[in-house]
Amino acid sequence: MIKDITIGQYIYGTSPLHKLEPWVKIVLTLVYAAVVLMLKAPAAYAVYFAFTAAAVLISTVPVKMLLKGLKPLIWLFAFTSVFNLFLTPGEPLCSFRLGALAVSISRAGIKASVLLALRLTLLVMGTSLLTLTTSPLQLTDGIEKLLKPLAGIKVPAHEIAMMTSIAIRFIPTIGEEADRLMKAQKARGADMESGGIFKRARAMTPILIPLLTSAFRRADELAVAMDARCYGGGKRTRMKVTHAGRRDAAAAAVLAAVSAAALIAGII
Amino acid sequence: MSSIIEIKNLSFAYGDGDDGIGETVLDGISLEIEEGSFTAVLGRNGCGKSTLAKHFNCINLPSGGSVCVLGMDTADEKNLFRIRSQAGMVFQNPDNQMVAALVEDEVAFAPENLGLEPEEIRRRVDEALETVGMSEYALRPSAGLSGGQKQRVAIAGVLAMKPKLIILDEATAMLDPKGRKEVMSAVTKINRMQGAAVVHITHYMEEAALADRVIVMDGGRIIMDDTPRRVFSRTEELKAVGLNVPQVTYAAHELKKAGINIRTDVLTVEELYRELTALRK
Repeated sequence: MIKDITIGQYIYGTSPLHKLEPWVKIVLTLVYAAVVLMLKAPAAYAVYFAFTAAAVLISTVPVKMLLKGLKPLIWLFAFTSVFNLFLTPGEPLCSFRLGALAVSISRAGIKASVLLALRLTLLVMGTSLLTLTTSPLQLTDGIEKLLKPLAGIKVPAHEIAMMTSIAIRFIPTIGEEADRLMKAQKARGADMESGGIFKRARAMTPILIPLLTSAFRRADELAVAMDARCYGGGKRTRMKVTHAGRRDAAAAAVLAAVSAAALIAGII
Repeated sequence: MSSIIEIKNLSFAYGDGDDGIGETVLDGISLEIEEGSFTAVLGRNGCGKSTLAKHFNCINLPSGGSVCVLGMDTADEKNLFRIRSQAGMVFQNPDNQMVAALVEDEVAFAPENLGLEPEEIRRRVDEALETVGMSEYALRPSAGLSGGQKQRVAIAGVLAMKPKLIILDEATAMLDPKGRKEVMSAVTKINRMQGAAVVHITHYMEEAALADRVIVMDGGRIIMDDTPRRVFSRTEELKAVGLNVPQVTYAAHELKKAGINIRTDVLTVEELYRELTALRK
């Protein structure tokens, strides 16, 4: 059960989106998100929506997976839309009384709530595309490259990336151990599924404490094993060296063009 | 043949307290390991065999005496990385020595640390995985492998440094019989074909029987140092320090005691079989 946890939601693929250089993909996603927040006119939304849909098609990621990412946000959507619907000032289309409260819905309110829902959808879909087409290790690699220029102000880019990738590597190992500990406790009659949240949380203590102590032991052994293989000696190289290429430049150009079009559409 | 490791009067104590007295773990050990040799180190828990092995690649440094690897003194800090790249170590717990999520990234870790060119790293990784028979798993996550497979990947990870010596620090202790067999066949292959010296620290007598030389330790000292055949013929002495002999050797020993006239220094089932069939003629 615990060991089935998947980190991230990467779906293996060979689409052009999968093959983009990770750091470029991260930057492009950030730009994308910034532009989404700046969109104003409905026409601009239409342009961006079409662009996002095209990206989804190219990525070969099942649309079902993307929609799954939207599901947990449905309450946020409903909440913000309702607020926008009722609280946006403007010429009322219809108004009615709810007890002592006078409620009115304006044309501007409808527009604002629809656009907000669209904006959130675009944001979630765009960022999901990043995590769906980039493996956690590639992400780590991308972050390392992005942080590298900050080495001048003592940001330990390599160490951060190394720690993250080791953490990712140990998730299944520690998950397996948690599973084993839980089974051992259950075999001794521990009850971990009934009772309120506090009772269940307390029942987890006999699992968390051994898990924690063993994590420290593992860390210790791993450090010795890394030392034994000359970690931290001198200049480190990488087996897999990737460079941003023509594909990445093309992707950046497309995003720039679409964003410009959308922003100009907003001004006119 | 020249020595790859020279140890002179080594002593080691853990935890140098304020009074300067720690618990003595190694006590006056002198030892030479030859290039290309296959040595097994035996001894009960706490006899100091792991502590000794950790001196071979500077994880432990001598409290007294000296350890030289390929002529370099381990106490001299500037030799540290050259010694570690020449004396690779595989540890007991396969899960706790893996750095990377993917098998080939794991094997690439050491050569990456050595700062080699990407093409050279790729070549070494492919070669090392081939040697331990794990090529087809190169792109798999290491989490899904069996214990024996993980240890073979760990051996490949050390092999990629092209070391002159491979130290297995109870590397088979946590494996099932099948995994132990896989690891031992990979290790003997590396020893015979690539000429890397192997020091194998183990509890399993059958594995020690594969070596050219067996060192038996007790109480921080070396008490026997000979060929497996001669060491295992000293059944009673081994028992006294809490060790057994391989089961076939024990069987031969008991048969002899029961009055059957056979050699007692047999190491394999085949040898015992030959001895017994010879009796019928």
